[in-house]
Amino acid sequence: MKLNLTKVVNGCRLGKIKNLGKTGDRSMDIPGCLLYTKAGSAPHLTHHTLHKIHGVPAMAQLTLSSLAEHHEVLAEYKEGVGKFIGMPESLLYCSLHDPVSPCPAGYVTNKSVSVWGVGGRVEMTASKFMAIQQALQPDWFQCISDGEATCNEATSIKRARKSVDRTLLFLDNCLKLQEESEVLKKSSIIGVIEGGDVTEERLRSARETAKRPVGGFLLDGFQGSPATLETRLHLLSSVTAELPEDKPRLICGVSRPDEVLECIERGVDLFESFFPYQVTERGCALTFSFDYQPNPEETLLQQNGTQEEIKYVDQTKKSKTSCNQEMTSYEINLKEKKYQEDFSPLVRGCSCYCCKNHTRAYVHHLLVTNELLAGVLLMMHNFEHYFGFFHSIREALKSDRLAQLKELIRRMF
Amino acid sequence: MAAAASQTSLESAPRIMRLVAECSRSRARAGELRLPHGPVATPVFMPVGTQATMKGITAEQLDALGCRICLGNTYHLGLRPGPELIQKAQGLHGFMNWPHNLLTDSGGFQMVSLVSLSEVTEEGVRFRSPYDGDETLLSPERSVEIQNALGSDIIMQLDDVVSSTVTGPRVEEAMYRSIRWLDRCIAAHRRPDKQNLFAIIQGGLDADLRATCLEEMTKRDVPGFAIGGLSGGESKGEFWRMVALSTSRLPKDKPRYLMGVGYATDLVVCVALGCDMFDCVFPTRTARFGSALVPTGNLQLKKKQYEKDFRAIDPECDCPTCQKHSRAFLHTLLHSDNTAALHHLTIHNIAYQLRLMSAVRASIVEKRFPAFVRDFMSTMYGDPTLCPTWATEALASVGITLG
Repeated sequence: MKLNLTKVVNGCRLGKIKNLGKTGDRSMDIPGCLLYTKAGSAPHLTHHTLHKIHGVPAMAQLTLSSLAEHHEVLAEYKEGVGKFIGMPESLLYCSLHDPVSPCPAGYVTNKSVSVWGVGGRVEMTASKFMAIQQALQPDWFQCISDGEATCNEATSIKRARKSVDRTLLFLDNCLKLQEESEVLKKSSIIGVIEGGDVTEERLRSARETAKRPVGGFLLDGFQGSPATLETRLHLLSSVTAELPEDKPRLICGVSRPDEVLECIERGVDLFESFFPYQVTERGCALTFSFDYQPNPEETLLQQNGTQEEIKYVDQTKKSKTSCNQEMTSYEINLKEKKYQEDFSPLVRGCSCYCCKNHTRAYVHHLLVTNELLAGVLLMMHNFEHYFGFFHSIREALKSDRLAQLKELIRRMF
Repeated sequence: MAAAASQTSLESAPRIMRLVAECSRSRARAGELRLPHGPVATPVFMPVGTQATMKGITAEQLDALGCRICLGNTYHLGLRPGPELIQKAQGLHGFMNWPHNLLTDSGGFQMVSLVSLSEVTEEGVRFRSPYDGDETLLSPERSVEIQNALGSDIIMQLDDVVSSTVTGPRVEEAMYRSIRWLDRCIAAHRRPDKQNLFAIIQGGLDADLRATCLEEMTKRDVPGFAIGGLSGGESKGEFWRMVALSTSRLPKDKPRYLMGVGYATDLVVCVALGCDMFDCVFPTRTARFGSALVPTGNLQLKKKQYEKDFRAIDPECDCPTCQKHSRAFLHTLLHSDNTAALHHLTIHNIAYQLRLMSAVRASIVEKRFPAFVRDFMSTMYGDPTLCPTWATEALASVGITLG
């Protein structure tokens, strides 16, 4: 694979990763996101409904937590997880964990890392882990790593150091095993940057990992509440400064629009797309505008809409929803009674299947009656909206308008 | 028995059904319904989308499967979101954005299914809402009023439904009341040009009561007849005899809709007995429990035996699920909390039902229906002696012998 940077502006990298995939002819734009999946399928969506969405990313994220327990099946299947899940044309990245469901801490040892599936804990040594990846045959996979340095309130330097040491050891072991396997050589290992909140350890992790022949880097441990990311952003810049320019930088656990922009400005290329899924699960639809160069008429309409929604949302922003996550100002809650007779689309001008075919009133009805179709339609809209957001980031970078886009997103707060 | 039955219907009700072919042995017919939202080939299986949605599949997916008519439910929609809202949304078609035909049940069945929440009088059925405790009266007039607002292509009379396991005077009371309610529905119907009101034959498992109901209701000028009050807990032996009695006395030139029938075997047998239209929640409901319908029965895909089964559900099936996915993958997905698993099976099961009806129809048109039935039974049961007795008897009664 080859990463070509078109330009770097204010720390943001705009470019293309080429020569991807088994046949080496696929490519991916950066900054970009990966399609979020659960058990190998986009949430709520079949192949048919997934492909109705415009702008689906070229690479999907699979999680080892949902697949590890099926490795015997996949080993017997022989043809790789892409074909098994019915996505043979997609590029695949296999992360350790599901960003939406954090796993219990305290199970990383010097020799193994654990993931949690439906059937319980799956413990993996380097060799078991590589055997699983051999059965999965993804294009990229996150190397096993010790991500628990940031689990507690204050990271001790000792714990941070241990996370870096362990992760490097895991990496070296896995690289060695990769050398011994023809199948595994076709996949790229993504090295994981650890080190908690200790600058020294983070830099050490970055420098040491960069020395290894990895395909790219995963910035782990920067996720958490919005407050914690803010304090870690400075650290993030220092870390990415140590990484080679020509390899992609992924980050896990960061998916909210404002956080995405902050991370892009600090040298991150690829993100997970679980945020639209979380929005879907709380019965909400993404409505935030990323149209940083609207026509004057649209601006007026948007402003009026935005003002109203901001005003309303301020009052309800703190309300917890069933997903245990607070609703953000990027979305509307279709369960609210005010949408009962609203026959407009979720977002005016949106070209997604839901907005082209259905109304807020209908989605409201589906939510109130607990019908499965609510999740399907919301997921289709939320993914399309989110992928559109990333497209607008790239366009803004191309035309040097990122400041406008940032301002637009910032105003949502 | 057949001779007395085939009186053509009276008066000038538009004939919405055109007969294309009839089996020379059995009572099976192939036809075409001409409905406001397009033609529908019969025999037809109508999937049930109770609350203005076919569960997890989109209107577009349902259309792509070839479905041209499906069901909505007046009781549920009457409560949520309510007829006024649906009317504002351009009727149920507009509300759910379904371009083809819709049939709405009257709410009568809920009398049985929600019996603890309902009370029947001559006026109508009084329901206590499970959502807010409010009481609603569903009268024949109110049911038709709601269905007029919904705008469905076929609407059903409100009938007094008793469970098929009930015996005694209640059955007779319900039968006569259903006739009176039919007349009230006809009188209340404000859109006979746009919506086809079907009568529903009651009478439980009593041949005399049923015969009386048939005689009376066929005097009314309705575009179609449903056979109701069956498909509950009755024995299959009684079930088929009531169906056969009903079809023998219903006019040939109007569609016969057998309500609540959906198992493959039942569909095939009841087509042989002369039914044209069917509905049932079974295929879509069983999908959501991980069960896939196949010509030999069903596959409980959550079971361990499918863990490494890399074949499609049915190699002969051309539905999107079978085109792309293996039993093993679906097994994995069913054990996760991703609802996509349910949608894959819903699509397959609807495809299975529609394809079965298509095949039945083709065999009638091509004059080989009895052979089709024999093939179907042998695939499903193996040896003819393993075919359920009631089915063998029912088929024999219309001249089809197995093995």
